[in-house]
Amino acid sequence: MSTPFAKLPRWVDYGVIPVVNLLMAFIVAGIVVLLVGENPLRAAWAMIDGAFGSGRNIAYTLYFATFFIFTGLAVAVALHAGLFNIGGEGQAFVGGLGVGIVALALDRYVPWYITFPVAIAAAALFGALWALIPAYLQAYRGSHIVITTIMFNYIAGSLMVFMLNNPLKPLGSMAPQTRMFEAGAQLPKLNWIFGLLGMQVRSSPLNITFLLALVTAFLIWLLIWRTRFGYELRTLGHSPKAARYAGMSEKRIVIITMLISGGLAGMMALNPVMGDQHNVSLDFVAGAGFVGIAVALIGRGHPAGIVVAAILFGALYQGGTELSFQMPDITRDMIVIIQGLVILFAGALEHMFRPWIQTLFATLSPKSMNLGVAKGA
Amino acid sequence: MPEAAIQLIGINKSFGPVHANRDINLEVPKGTIHGIIGENGAGKSTLMSILYGFYQADSGEIKVNGKTASIKTPNDAIAVGIGMVHQHFMLVDNFSVLENIILGAEGEALLKSSIAKARSELTRLEHEYGLEVDPDALIEELPVGLQQRVEILKALYRGADILILDEPTGVLTPPEADHLFRILKMLKDEGKTVVLITHKLREIMAITDNVSVMRQGTMVATRKTSETTVGELAELMVGRRVLLRVEKGEAKPGAVKLSVKNLTVKDSRKVTMVDDVSFDIHAGEIVGIAGVAGNGQSELIEAISGIRRAVSGSVMLDSKPIDVVGIADPGELRDRGLAHVPEDRHHVGLVLPFEENENSILGYHDKPQYLKGAFLDLDAIVEDAKAKIAAYDIRPTNPHLKTANFSGGNQQKIVLAREMEQDPGVLIVGQPTRGVDVGAIEFIHKRLIAMRDAGKAVLVISVELDEIRSLSDRILVMFAGRIVGERGSDATEGELGLLMAGVEQKEAAE
Repeated sequence: MSTPFAKLPRWVDYGVIPVVNLLMAFIVAGIVVLLVGENPLRAAWAMIDGAFGSGRNIAYTLYFATFFIFTGLAVAVALHAGLFNIGGEGQAFVGGLGVGIVALALDRYVPWYITFPVAIAAAALFGALWALIPAYLQAYRGSHIVITTIMFNYIAGSLMVFMLNNPLKPLGSMAPQTRMFEAGAQLPKLNWIFGLLGMQVRSSPLNITFLLALVTAFLIWLLIWRTRFGYELRTLGHSPKAARYAGMSEKRIVIITMLISGGLAGMMALNPVMGDQHNVSLDFVAGAGFVGIAVALIGRGHPAGIVVAAILFGALYQGGTELSFQMPDITRDMIVIIQGLVILFAGALEHMFRPWIQTLFATLSPKSMNLGVAKGA
Repeated sequence: MPEAAIQLIGINKSFGPVHANRDINLEVPKGTIHGIIGENGAGKSTLMSILYGFYQADSGEIKVNGKTASIKTPNDAIAVGIGMVHQHFMLVDNFSVLENIILGAEGEALLKSSIAKARSELTRLEHEYGLEVDPDALIEELPVGLQQRVEILKALYRGADILILDEPTGVLTPPEADHLFRILKMLKDEGKTVVLITHKLREIMAITDNVSVMRQGTMVATRKTSETTVGELAELMVGRRVLLRVEKGEAKPGAVKLSVKNLTVKDSRKVTMVDDVSFDIHAGEIVGIAGVAGNGQSELIEAISGIRRAVSGSVMLDSKPIDVVGIADPGELRDRGLAHVPEDRHHVGLVLPFEENENSILGYHDKPQYLKGAFLDLDAIVEDAKAKIAAYDIRPTNPHLKTANFSGGNQQKIVLAREMEQDPGVLIVGQPTRGVDVGAIEFIHKRLIAMRDAGKAVLVISVELDEIRSLSDRILVMFAGRIVGERGSDATEGELGLLMAGVEQKEAAE
């Protein structure tokens, strides 16, 4: 195996390369911080401390991660079928509509554990339906899914403005949002977990949706690698010709995959709507749909990787907020730049350092490369 | 001997494991029309792409007019006077002829002066070579023959002395092709050198001075056109491979298993690839379809196996129709006992990033023995894959290894094992041993004959004439989408070669 693209051992593939990419992102971000006139090491510490320094901070990090697990899974499922769903933003938005309708209808009559499953179903259903039209257009009309899903983001935005200004707005209210949900549509927090670990967390938005996200990640892993449908989906993603040869219906796979993808994005809405804000407003998605693309890419499309990448982005969000508190020179925009650099190095430039690391490994330890090939299942 | 316009010395080019050009030497004398002939995939286009700077050779030297030339980009090629007319035109559809001609040679920031210059130059070229085109017509409004003329003008406008044409007649009607040949002759008379890439023997005989034959990445021969025959060229193109003849007894044909009637298939460009083809295959026989690649064999088996829609005609499997024009579905055909080993195992027959065991159920993944409800029964699948690995001597023997890490011969065995072990009544095999090592070839041939002896109907298409002769009980020859002859397994190579070259029986007898 003397080719430059020989396989690396798995621990390098999934461990060393992402870490190198992340370090590069932070080094370049550090230069930016330096240019603003702040100490990059102090900034880095402020960020890490802000993300993981206390129970409360960790809780916030995981709360943000919950968003990204759902939207990351949504992108990943579609990607395995060769579809690039960048409509997570809109699907999550419309999913929130489903959650809101269920919450408003049930919250005065039943406890949260009755409302929750119904709301999960509604979130997934609304998100899925929002993905259905682009899916249909792709499968039967050949309209490119990237174009249609991104356009549906804008339509979703307009639809929500209408819904929150007209049918769902309480009488006499001035704000485009629903009324506050009663206890029957408020999800329990997870602060008690930190209590078990000896950390005091008085208030954080982290709620039971985080656990739902972890369970969902596992179910999606099962779907992709252990079911007949997952097999068909992956075949189509790797080779549409092979799928055709094997008698699989491309149309059917595209439609079902997009329904699942849209459903996952829709479920994201449970986290802010029922878990934290307890109403439906106009800003609860907050770009999480787009971050999901980066999370799916950095997580290599694998649910376990997506959970890790989602926590990383959760840390960037939470740590970035703390950072901008502590260093007023570093504004929110700077945080966005740092997040952008992570996406750039870990996502888009994923393969930049790969050849060098491969050469390094080939010189240092040719054996480990061969082992990698034999084991590389 | 006139001076050489182009000299290629020891050119090598590999794409990953594929050695597309191997030690190519070629000399094209100035002021001649030189044909390069070979089957699809023989490496002709790769070689010309190296000459035109699209690819870099891994090793070797290019000399133009006796001087060593370093051609790294098409601009370098144009600078030394090489022009190329591509098989797929590189024209901007909504630009006029003039605009296309100056494209990439615009000169100044404002187009006015370069357009004026191009207009006068175009008039001169038109007079000189009889290349009339309306300079203000939009490309999309021109028929393909004229579009090709624009391509030629583009090359001449850039001062090309050496013109490479890649399969120029593929898109032309016969009168357009004749006109093109007149233009090429005129160019030759003006002292230009023309290199013509084609897989059509007729064109070579009609127009070239010299002809070089490529096969599987090597240059196998160069002949003066006047001193060779269609038969010789056909044989050189297809090649004679040293092949062990597998022992086989007499065929005992039974009932008709597969019956094809008046099947017509068009490709995505609406070109008729299979033209009114009819034949029967009986249980217990192997029927081989011989032909130079690109004469409709691929489309024929794709249509029968439900991957490609036919335009008209009918196919009966066990006396029940297959809806080849409408909704024939490969999955349903598998259930009815028609198995298909596709020609392109890398993109069709296998999913290379999958584990070996995952590929061993491709197409049969909905069979109950591999499923537990909606879930895959991984234990059963792996056990099944292990059994096939043992029975077909697939190496390495690890069913969890990625399929891309298996050699070509072993990949082919994975496909064959999958399709044969389902015990189909009809087996269609495309290129059973392409890219397969000698040991595996014998193994695969024995398996195919064992299928026949077990009373199955087997249809084989192959570009390896020797393989067809060795395996088949009956041989059908395809040329230009039609079946032009049927022979027994005792047919000679020369006889088949002539049929494959499209030489009519009468001509052949002369």
